[in-house]
Amino acid sequence: MADLMSKGTPRALVLRAAGTNCDRETVHALELAGAVVESIHVNALSRDPSILEGVGLVAFPGGFTFGDDVASGAVLAHIIEQRLRPQLQRFVDRGGLVIGICNGFQVLVRLGLLPGGEGRGALLWNQSGRFEDRWVYLTSGSEESPWFAPGQRYFMPVAHSEGRFEWFPDQPGQEFPTEQVAFSYCNEDQSAASYPDDPNGSHRSIAGMISADGKVLGMMPHPERFVRPEHHPSWMRIRPDGAIPLEEQLPVPLGLSIFRRAVDHLKTHQGDLVGEGGTR
Amino acid sequence: MSLTYTVTILHDLDPNPSPDHDLREALMAVGCSPDEGDLLASDPVFYLRVPEQDADRVEALAQQFLAGSPACRAVVHPGVTMPPRDEGQAAIVVQRRPGVMDPVSQSVIHAMSESGFVSSRCQVRTARRYRIGGIETNVPMLEGLASRLGNGIVDEWRSFSGGEEEQVPDPFREFPSHSQGRVEIPLIEASEEELVAISVDGGLSLDLAEMQAIRQHYIERGREPSEIELETIAQTWSEHCCHKTLTGAIRHGDLRYGNLLQETIFQATRQLDLPWCWSIFRDNAGVIGIDEEWGVSFKVETHNHPSALEPYGGAGTGIGGVIRDTLGTGVGARPILNTDVFCFAPADTAAEDLPTGTLHPRRLLRGVVAGVRDYGNRMGIPTANGAIHFHPGFVGNPLVFCGSVGLMRREHVDKEVHPGDLVVAVGGKTGRDGIHGATFSSRELTEDSEQDSSGAVQIGNPLEEKKVLDAMMRIRDENLCRSVTDCGAGGFSSAVGEMGEETGAEIHLDRAPLKYPGLGPTEVWISEAQERMVFAVEPSKLGRIQEILLEEEVECAVLGEFRDDGKLRLLHHDQLVGELDVKFLHGGRPSQERVSIPPEPKPLIKAEVDHLDAQQLLCTLLADGNVASKEPVIRQYDHEVQGRMTLRPLAGADRDAPMDGCALDPLRDGSHQVVVSCGLTLGMGEVDPYQMACHSVDEALRNCIASGGSLERAALLDNYAWGDVKDPAILGQIVECSRGAADAALAYGTPFISGKDSLHNTYRAGGVSRSIPPVLLVSAISITKGPLRVPGSDLKEAGSSMMLIGPEGAIPGSLMQWLHGGGGGIPAPFDGELGPRLLQQVRQWIVAGQLRSLHDLSDGGLAVAAAEMAFGGGGIGLDLDIGALGADRNRSLFGEGPHRFLAEVRDTDVERITADAEAVGIPLTCIGRSVVEPTLIIRHGLDRCIESGVGELKQIWKRSLEAIWPTS
Repeated sequence: MADLMSKGTPRALVLRAAGTNCDRETVHALELAGAVVESIHVNALSRDPSILEGVGLVAFPGGFTFGDDVASGAVLAHIIEQRLRPQLQRFVDRGGLVIGICNGFQVLVRLGLLPGGEGRGALLWNQSGRFEDRWVYLTSGSEESPWFAPGQRYFMPVAHSEGRFEWFPDQPGQEFPTEQVAFSYCNEDQSAASYPDDPNGSHRSIAGMISADGKVLGMMPHPERFVRPEHHPSWMRIRPDGAIPLEEQLPVPLGLSIFRRAVDHLKTHQGDLVGEGGTR
Repeated sequence: MSLTYTVTILHDLDPNPSPDHDLREALMAVGCSPDEGDLLASDPVFYLRVPEQDADRVEALAQQFLAGSPACRAVVHPGVTMPPRDEGQAAIVVQRRPGVMDPVSQSVIHAMSESGFVSSRCQVRTARRYRIGGIETNVPMLEGLASRLGNGIVDEWRSFSGGEEEQVPDPFREFPSHSQGRVEIPLIEASEEELVAISVDGGLSLDLAEMQAIRQHYIERGREPSEIELETIAQTWSEHCCHKTLTGAIRHGDLRYGNLLQETIFQATRQLDLPWCWSIFRDNAGVIGIDEEWGVSFKVETHNHPSALEPYGGAGTGIGGVIRDTLGTGVGARPILNTDVFCFAPADTAAEDLPTGTLHPRRLLRGVVAGVRDYGNRMGIPTANGAIHFHPGFVGNPLVFCGSVGLMRREHVDKEVHPGDLVVAVGGKTGRDGIHGATFSSRELTEDSEQDSSGAVQIGNPLEEKKVLDAMMRIRDENLCRSVTDCGAGGFSSAVGEMGEETGAEIHLDRAPLKYPGLGPTEVWISEAQERMVFAVEPSKLGRIQEILLEEEVECAVLGEFRDDGKLRLLHHDQLVGELDVKFLHGGRPSQERVSIPPEPKPLIKAEVDHLDAQQLLCTLLADGNVASKEPVIRQYDHEVQGRMTLRPLAGADRDAPMDGCALDPLRDGSHQVVVSCGLTLGMGEVDPYQMACHSVDEALRNCIASGGSLERAALLDNYAWGDVKDPAILGQIVECSRGAADAALAYGTPFISGKDSLHNTYRAGGVSRSIPPVLLVSAISITKGPLRVPGSDLKEAGSSMMLIGPEGAIPGSLMQWLHGGGGGIPAPFDGELGPRLLQQVRQWIVAGQLRSLHDLSDGGLAVAAAEMAFGGGGIGLDLDIGALGADRNRSLFGEGPHRFLAEVRDTDVERITADAEAVGIPLTCIGRSVVEPTLIIRHGLDRCIESGVGELKQIWKRSLEAIWPTS
């Protein structure tokens, strides 16, 4: 398993395709979190899928892959389905961590990796009918995971037009897996939000979903856009002297904390990953 | 043998469907307000043509990919047939005209090839079927709706009443092809009248003197020009490419200019001679240094006429075009910020006030914003600075400015072309897009409206440009290219012409990848198809470039090579269709001296405001589009992507208060900040164009300082937008504007580094040609070291002193004046001595943390600025007294002028700041305090002339633009 680490440092892959556009800041966030990161085009990974065996984390960044033509994430999900599905499944099965942000979340849902299990989800047009960029408060889900502490308040920007999560049970009356809610939109005091604090009108105000084992996370908000205190949209109001606040002076954790927790998880759980290990 | 299928996607499994917003907007526009229970659906339609052997793959593709979600289902029909509608439902089908770019179809073909289709033998076209249920419809109403859902320039449509089956024109019908080969134009024997006729009929826009110079050149060569040669000369000599008016000779009263821009704006930059200006006025954008290693490029372009015809496509290709300017700066800069500034007629313009054939400003605004949104967001570039102005003078001719900032290393700033380098076309295919009205070979085809119209507008494909961007950054970082430029106006003719200006080139036009067969060589050469770049490549490096392009899914073609004999040779299937001498092409244009009329001061016409009290005036201003909150627009742009923003366009307690500019951390390490802002003083242009230019420079720089910038390293861009420059009075305004811009730039020590002019912005109304109001947009970019220091415009706490910084404003040129029927007079003067001193001092106060909040005074003056500061305070109010500012209450409240800010200062800092201001001679007046009560009170002595809840004022300020983009 030593191959998944570079001198004890977890390795991460940021997967990009035509129209991906949050790849570089996602690389930056993972690097700040302490990972060794490689950005790779889906065509290059398709030529050598064994690259997946050498990493502990795969990120599907935001963007408009293939212009979101037909539907958000549709073409990239189709390409992965046709070329990389088994390899990606093996990666997940051996305990690799996956994060899909915005368009990446849309791809994971389209592939059925999220929510996984019985029933399916879909990310549909916002109730407002348009693209919106705004900062929103989130409450994290009820279960411990490698990605977040339960019940915590976060603050991050969303920027999407197709982020309304809907749930489609296989059977009528099937229960919704509430423990798989990763993030839900809320007000500043974590009470239930309505538009615009809930920007898209999702089922149960869902902003993100996580797999039953906690390894695969998908979310519409962008944690990679809040990796320094001055990314806070009104940081000028935090300190009386008007200077940029220190991280611990922020009223909310950085979005970076999500990446840090995942990278720390890989550091401490490196022996738990099952599989052959990579050749790289 | 091919088979045709129609796949219709029905979103009827969505548990929480929302009505189609475009359809609802269109219904409202025809005077029909839909009820809750009415059906407003839109079904994506895919027409597939596949080889027989792939027929059994269609159903799986339709369900798994084209539907692909539990929220919808696909219905597959053989032929061009859609699933039946429920009883009573009317329908409208909108599809692209033949030959018009359909980006979605390319993505579908990509997916088909993944699924094993023989994609080279597949064709896809897309459409949208709108269904309307529960609403009474009739044929004229449906046609009215259709014309709002589609745009006749690029779309065709059919409408169907309840029970009527959809029958649409064959979506796969071919685009007719036409003439090929060399066409000669008889010029040598032509009379003066004939020369003019040749220029007019060919849409060449060359005047008689220019045509005579061309005739003389061909007489010397002893042959007639070919069509493609004449087109190339016309493109190269066009206003758009060589800016002949602004770089021409002008006699202006007692002043004589050999080259107006050279002797005003460029001269100021030369005089300042700053070492951090790395590239000025010579490349596709200006470039300034961040430090020794990194720099930023900046360019702002206009795309007015295409946006007036087809706002969505026009604005999208506007932003797409300026992003390519960034990609084509040096050997490529990485775009890190977009800006946009629009000028429209007021959104409530009455239909009868619209010139015939023009779109309503509300529709233009929605279309333009959607175009910038969809192109900018898909490119992954934050759109975070801009402005929207409204004035009745833009009713027939809106202005759409799009800007782009790029990041690059110093080593990538310079480029060169060597003889023997390959000419490589990269990116999108070439089609008939953007070919002007009539070339000689297609003249007879202009009868055919399809031909004519599909050429008039370019359709953008941001996905293509994003792929080009990704590939280019890799090619640049591996140093594989010697020179790069973008294909903009004039297409290959301008791009290759510019790159080969010193060398010449040989180009095989048949090698360009085409969207559809049948383009003649001239069309290939001048097509303005989007998303194309031209590289100059050393032959040994071609292989690696092709490898990168293949992985990034970008097409390329080697068109030819650069030469060493100064000849531009154009071939088509080995036939020589044109041969031009590059010396004549770039140096043969005759110059003429133009005479301008220097503008006279305009007599003051008093604004009709006596019947309005100060409170009413403030409310009118806050509700006016020029001042009203731009939040509904800003939110539609991704202004955070790339994770660099440190000051966003909206901030404050509720993150909805307007900041004066934006700032970003270019290297993502806190070591430097790039601050971007703009200035456009619309009302000032008609009053005094010299002052307008000074005021615009000043406003851009005040915004820049208030956003955390510094004069130490700040640079400017100029964008002229004017009416008919053949009118000597208008030319006189331009001269005055250029003088003012140069004087202000020198005063501030801030060089202009790039610019662009858009002239001939005229429209016909009531049988007369009218010009737009004079506009100079000034954009500013500043670099500062270390983390951002910026107070923001939002009030921070109650109990602070409110300090008015700077001299008095004036009513002439103010928004209040022209909004209420006034005009003329003497505007508040620009002070070249005070301005820099004042901005440097304000910067020092910001760095020392002595300003809690700071806002520049612009449209609407002090009263509007005070209100806007309170909008960000989260409930803090203001209690101000303007009694000390003079007897003219309206002038103190709403007057405008340069060098003015309102600042919030802690009581403990007031003494220090007052002493500083006195020491350097800056006007500074304490006009009141921030207070706990959420109320804006402005007293004029004993008269409480304004007293209103901040929340109520904020609602007035917010709702004007919200009404244009309703969310429910």
